[in-house]
Amino acid sequence: MTIQTTDIYKIAAHHRFQWEKAQDCYVILFPEGMVKLNGGAGEVLNLVNGESSITLITESLEKKFPDTPNLEKDIVGMIELALEKAWIEKVN
Amino acid sequence: MANQNNGVSSTTTTTQPLWLLAEITYRCPLHCAFCYNPTDYDKHTQNELDTKSWISVLNQARELGAAQLGISGGEPLLRDDIETIVEEAHQLGYYSNLITSGVGLTDKRIDAFKKGGLDHIQLSMHDITEEINNFITDTKTFKLKKKVAAMIKDRGYPMVLNVVIHRYNIDHIKEILEMAEALGADYVELANTQYYGWSLINRNQLMPTKEQIDHAELVTNQYRDRVGNKMKIFFVVPDYYAERPKKCMNGWGEVFMIVTANGDVLPCHSARVIPNLEFPNVKDDPIKGAWYDSPAFNKFRGDDWMKEPCRSCPEKENDLGGCRCQAFLLTGDAESADPVCSLSPNRNVIEKAVIDAQNPELQAKPIIFRTDKNSKRINEGEEKDRLADFHSVP
Repeated sequence: MTIQTTDIYKIAAHHRFQWEKAQDCYVILFPEGMVKLNGGAGEVLNLVNGESSITLITESLEKKFPDTPNLEKDIVGMIELALEKAWIEKVN
Repeated sequence: MANQNNGVSSTTTTTQPLWLLAEITYRCPLHCAFCYNPTDYDKHTQNELDTKSWISVLNQARELGAAQLGISGGEPLLRDDIETIVEEAHQLGYYSNLITSGVGLTDKRIDAFKKGGLDHIQLSMHDITEEINNFITDTKTFKLKKKVAAMIKDRGYPMVLNVVIHRYNIDHIKEILEMAEALGADYVELANTQYYGWSLINRNQLMPTKEQIDHAELVTNQYRDRVGNKMKIFFVVPDYYAERPKKCMNGWGEVFMIVTANGDVLPCHSARVIPNLEFPNVKDDPIKGAWYDSPAFNKFRGDDWMKEPCRSCPEKENDLGGCRCQAFLLTGDAESADPVCSLSPNRNVIEKAVIDAQNPELQAKPIIFRTDKNSKRINEGEEKDRLADFHSVP
């Protein structure tokens, strides 16, 4: 699937995204499993809320990490991975 | 499905428990021949933890890092406080799973679970035929299971079906998968029987042949190719026919913690079979100390405990020497290599078990079903010979 910057995604049904204090990272929980997310992946999925487009997510993260180049490419890559893993679903 | 614990690779006591399994009661309306519960479970049906104690267990384990909660048994629905426990689990941030036979699930209860935040329900199924379902569970539960499956689907829960595989249903894998698909299953676990507890003493009646396993795996792979991501199918390989042992529980005291009906804190379901290990109990010990400091949890962490051939084995990190309980049950030495390993000096016990299971005379012995009565009889010393046939004495 080609990702458009206007796309909006949400965390997939039967999955839960949350911060785990004990692991010091964001995780995705689903039946019988848990995936620990690295820093960047966690930051992106934290903004996947069923309302924000990729453009909006990119703008937010550019503000938060002004010194990181090519953020949009990384974000789209992360969204592609999350879609492939069925952690997220397209809303619009 | 320990292999899904992505990113968990530590081998020291600095790890946290990620999974908490609450074996909340050993009472069960089913009498499955393949149950892995201890055959002496009847000792633990009178001293179950109360609701308040379970709430404390949930809080303590969550504080340590546990994120996945399984509520299991026995049949957990025999307790009337599952609603309270589910609600507390949700508020604490657990991803919670009710592991059930479906007996006792009513519209009222499932609605309360949904409202309380239970995340999913894993339903056991046994076969496509009423005859085998009712035979292997020693109950008339076939129709009920289909009804419960529909209730689970209706509430928008992911449909997770667990089917324990044995000689009586292994040739029906295709039909079982068709039934699962028709029920709208999202996940199907085809779990080949592992031989602990009741299944160990019924091994000669349950173990399929290598050819049956190979065929079942082939059929499963073909079905998986056809159905794709729509229904995820897991085929849990039986270790008696493997060359290497399983990395049991992903390592002793690494990611799993079990609290039993009476409050014992264990690193795996059957750990209490190992002699001379004193397991902590939540009535006396905080869970944190049990996990980090108890001699029982530290006993098989890392690889200092290993004997040859495990100690110098280049593959030891892959399986950590296999299952400690199986090593003890079948060789009498919990520190020896799991005899499933082809490098184990005791591999002959597995080969004998496979041959015995094809012996018509041994197959013809009666199944000892998991019942309170049979558990009492075993505790009173009856069935000694049967137990001795399957348990090695140190």
